[in-house]
Amino acid sequence: MSSNVRVSTTVNGEPAEFLCEPRESLLECLRDKLNLTGAKEGCNDGNCGACTVEMDGRIVTSCLVLGVEAQGASIGTVEGLARGSALHPLQTAFLEQAALQCGICTPGFLVAAKALLDHEPDPSEDRIRFWLATTLGRCTGYDKIIRAVQQAAREMREVKA
Amino acid sequence: MHSFDYAAPDSVSAAVSLLAANPGARLLAGGTDLIVQMRAHRREPGLVVDAKRIPELSALTFDSGGGLTLGAAVACWRIYGDAQVRAVFPSLVEVASLIGGTAIQGRASIGGNLCNAAPSADATPLLIALGATCRVVGPAGERAIAAEDFCVAPGRNALADGELLVSIHIPAPRPGSGAHYLRFIPRNEMDIAVAGAGVSLTIADGVVTAARVALASVAPTPLLVPEAGQAIAGKPATEETFALAGEAAKAAAKPITDMRGTIEYRRHLCAVLTRRALTAAARQAQGVH
Repeated sequence: MSSNVRVSTTVNGEPAEFLCEPRESLLECLRDKLNLTGAKEGCNDGNCGACTVEMDGRIVTSCLVLGVEAQGASIGTVEGLARGSALHPLQTAFLEQAALQCGICTPGFLVAAKALLDHEPDPSEDRIRFWLATTLGRCTGYDKIIRAVQQAAREMREVKA
Repeated sequence: MHSFDYAAPDSVSAAVSLLAANPGARLLAGGTDLIVQMRAHRREPGLVVDAKRIPELSALTFDSGGGLTLGAAVACWRIYGDAQVRAVFPSLVEVASLIGGTAIQGRASIGGNLCNAAPSADATPLLIALGATCRVVGPAGERAIAAEDFCVAPGRNALADGELLVSIHIPAPRPGSGAHYLRFIPRNEMDIAVAGAGVSLTIADGVVTAARVALASVAPTPLLVPEAGQAIAGKPATEETFALAGEAAKAAAKPITDMRGTIEYRRHLCAVLTRRALTAAARQAQGVH
């Protein structure tokens, strides 16, 4: 039986520490030890993207990361998107475009879309669709999600300009 | 998941010692195969050795001759994020962009794709076509394995106990050369190849001087087809010539029928994909876009 390992990491810009067994995924550590329940467990094998978080600037499926691998890493979750009560432009756009219904896939879509817009402020519709193919959702048929990302991208470019 | 120990050594020699002292231990790169397999109880190593704190396994470097050394744990996004790789090995960028989705590419490595030894691995036929060699280090020292000899059976590679893949070396492309990988999947992306073809060729004065063709998903391992290259060497670089390579690939394929496709369908795909991949590689070789 392997023992618990102490992991020091940064989550949403704040230092965070937790104890975990090597077999526990980053997703389990975020949800069960740090009480960050935004990332969801869907398939638990890297297909659905509901557990998507940012890790050192790239999106990853946190069900396929061991918690111990987060040692020294910088993790970004959906909880880090809003600034206090001010929603991120993507969150506002998702609400305005009705880009969610049950909401299980939404944290993954938001984190993935934020990473895209951080890298590429003006992606084509094709680019958005391929980038977000990493996340599955069933309620909206994707079109509303794509329109929400396009709206947020527009607004974020205008703020920058 | 079963209980296991975790180590994150910072040198190849420390990793080799750990692997040699713990039979059945597995090296962890991006984890997009290993963690899935452990969760499904298909592999239950007592020790998982994280590769990502070993500098050589995380390095992506060009040598003075223009060859690329790709650390075994370098994630796909770093390949398409590198301007020099994009300029010199566009075919590698294409492959790194079609393995899984964006979040998988944030972790998954070409080295891991090779070590996982799936017959359907997308990167491996291209590595074979590009003439890649694998640098392997173990308790008995170092050796080089040609990419086409690395996979020995479905899910089994040529690594002996205690050995690990350090890096993959891809020689500099020759003048007038091009390479391409094409796969068939029934959707636009994020799927497993029904069949795939990785090719490279060199053209001089409109004539094919050398070509290599390797196939995915049509044999127990990714398959080099020397006959396909031989069939077109010395012939004009035309679609009719490339169709000859396609026929050779079709003849060499040893597919099975499963839920993704039948034997007949896969053999047909080998001919079509090989011809089309060579046509695309020829355009690249001749500077036509």
